[in-house]
Amino acid sequence: MTSPRALGRPRGLPGPSGLRPLTALSVLVAFLLLAASLFGQTLLPHWDAQDITAGARMPGGGHLLGTDELGRDIAQMVIAGARSTLTGAALVALGSMVIGNVLGLLAGYLGGWTDVLVRRWADLLLAVPALLVTLVVAGIGGGGWALAVCALIVLTSPSDIRLVRTAALEQRHLPYVEAAETLGLPGRTVMLRHIWPNTLPVVFANTLLNFAGAVVSLSSLSFLGLGVPPGAPDWGRMLSENRNLLWTNPSAALAPAVLIVLSAVVLNLLGDRVLEAFSKRGKS
Amino acid sequence: MTARYVLRRLGGTLVLLLVLSVAVFALLQAAPGDPARTLLGPRNATPDALAAVRARHHLDQPFAVQYLRWAGDALRLDLGTSIRTGASVSATIGGRLALTGQLVGLGLAIAVLLGVPGGVLAALRRYRATDRAVQTASLIALSTPAFAGGLVLIYVFSLMLGWFPAYGPGTGGDRLPHLVLPAVALALGVTAVLLKLTRAAVIRELDKEHVVFARARGVAERRILVHYVLRGALVPVLTGVGLVVAYLLAGTVMVEQVFALPGLGSLLVDSVTYRDVPLVQAEALLIAVLVCLAGLLTDLAQPLIDPRLRPAADAPRRPKERR
Repeated sequence: MTSPRALGRPRGLPGPSGLRPLTALSVLVAFLLLAASLFGQTLLPHWDAQDITAGARMPGGGHLLGTDELGRDIAQMVIAGARSTLTGAALVALGSMVIGNVLGLLAGYLGGWTDVLVRRWADLLLAVPALLVTLVVAGIGGGGWALAVCALIVLTSPSDIRLVRTAALEQRHLPYVEAAETLGLPGRTVMLRHIWPNTLPVVFANTLLNFAGAVVSLSSLSFLGLGVPPGAPDWGRMLSENRNLLWTNPSAALAPAVLIVLSAVVLNLLGDRVLEAFSKRGKS
Repeated sequence: MTARYVLRRLGGTLVLLLVLSVAVFALLQAAPGDPARTLLGPRNATPDALAAVRARHHLDQPFAVQYLRWAGDALRLDLGTSIRTGASVSATIGGRLALTGQLVGLGLAIAVLLGVPGGVLAALRRYRATDRAVQTASLIALSTPAFAGGLVLIYVFSLMLGWFPAYGPGTGGDRLPHLVLPAVALALGVTAVLLKLTRAAVIRELDKEHVVFARARGVAERRILVHYVLRGALVPVLTGVGLVVAYLLAGTVMVEQVFALPGLGSLLVDSVTYRDVPLVQAEALLIAVLVCLAGLLTDLAQPLIDPRLRPAADAPRRPKERR
């Protein structure tokens, strides 16, 4: 147990507010991942070159991470595979942000029936397990990456809706909003030009957290065979295909696993930091 | 707890369940192509066979009638037959229920036993090295999909250390060692969620005036922790436990795939891949019922634990909270 008097009392500030080394490292990794997803397949056009005679080899002999069963280079495949997971997850986060901003702002500003309907809708979506619904919808609807992304956008949006609604509600009764309304500005202007900009920092942080969550759920779907089409490079699919190589070339399955976790960790960390920085700014 | 409160919560759950069951039933119509062909599966689609399927599933009747007949059958646990195997859907699900139930139970136990004390510890040591370490571990756990975590666990604890078996459900007596790694993989993300929730709830309680005052008048620290802080944090934590049941169910889908466990999760993946619509509908319905039930139980438990949440019979009702 802690010493008396010290129970749960914060000692000092939550840490230096400048750019911490871990944050700087996360930004660097995020840029590397971004570069891999944008240019990876262009820079490595031969990522899927096969060589059956050199299948399932351990790292070495010109292959940094060894090869898979078809003799494809794991290191190149992992870089080329950054695109499908990361762009898909970015689309999920951005799409959900757009839906969340529109519905959340309307509900928070207008109130009344709009608010009740939007809240019921968000509650309903929050009650169902997102990944299972996406799995069933993508599977029954014929599968495919686009359908999975669309389903995830809808199922991620409640977190954004709730956040923007609460933020808008907080601003709603502040003097500056009343002043703008007294001036006779139309509701649309008050919403978009006055309230909306003040909700942006939290929205940005939440988008990063949703991005991280979408990396996890999208790679899970491709692991189950419901994401990208066969033949496309993808971390979740690589992991599922190379599971049996754990005994011959473990890095074939472990490398994509590490990259999925790394991407999600970096995004979660940056989201937390943005949220932290914003809440600190609000207090001082 | 008044009967009215219980009835209102029950009613809410039933409405939610009704909405979800309509959505589940609509899956058949949502599948691309003719529902009769979907139900016939890969079998030869002769006009006679199609007509027989249409008659059996009342496909020529309005949607509402079809739904009511389906829901009536479902209430009597008659969920049709699997397209792929031809076996009864209820029997197929019943045969796999035990394994997944054990997996989810063990996973929930691990998550609660690690996440709740971890969150309390992090909150008590707020902003210090212990808190940072616990939070970093929880961030990594949150960012690890169950299948990736499962694979790493197999590599480390089965291949390198040889402590646990890598695959399969085990037979009879050695079921538990076979379920340890899958349960840990399943619990990873949920533990992180519970930890985050517990830490926030305990910190909120620590900052409350009655805790500050108790400390000022010299109440023993242990007593403050147990009787003031933890008691206040119990309701949000318990609500969190109810919420994570849905996450756990979703996790079984991947964990059972990685560890080759023949449970409900792998059944769902198989039936989705083969478009075995009756089986998918039955599983989706089962998940909906379980999630609704978990929500109802936490709702009903809240006023039992916290007297402040009990609706007073004669007291004026407080204005409903809007946020």
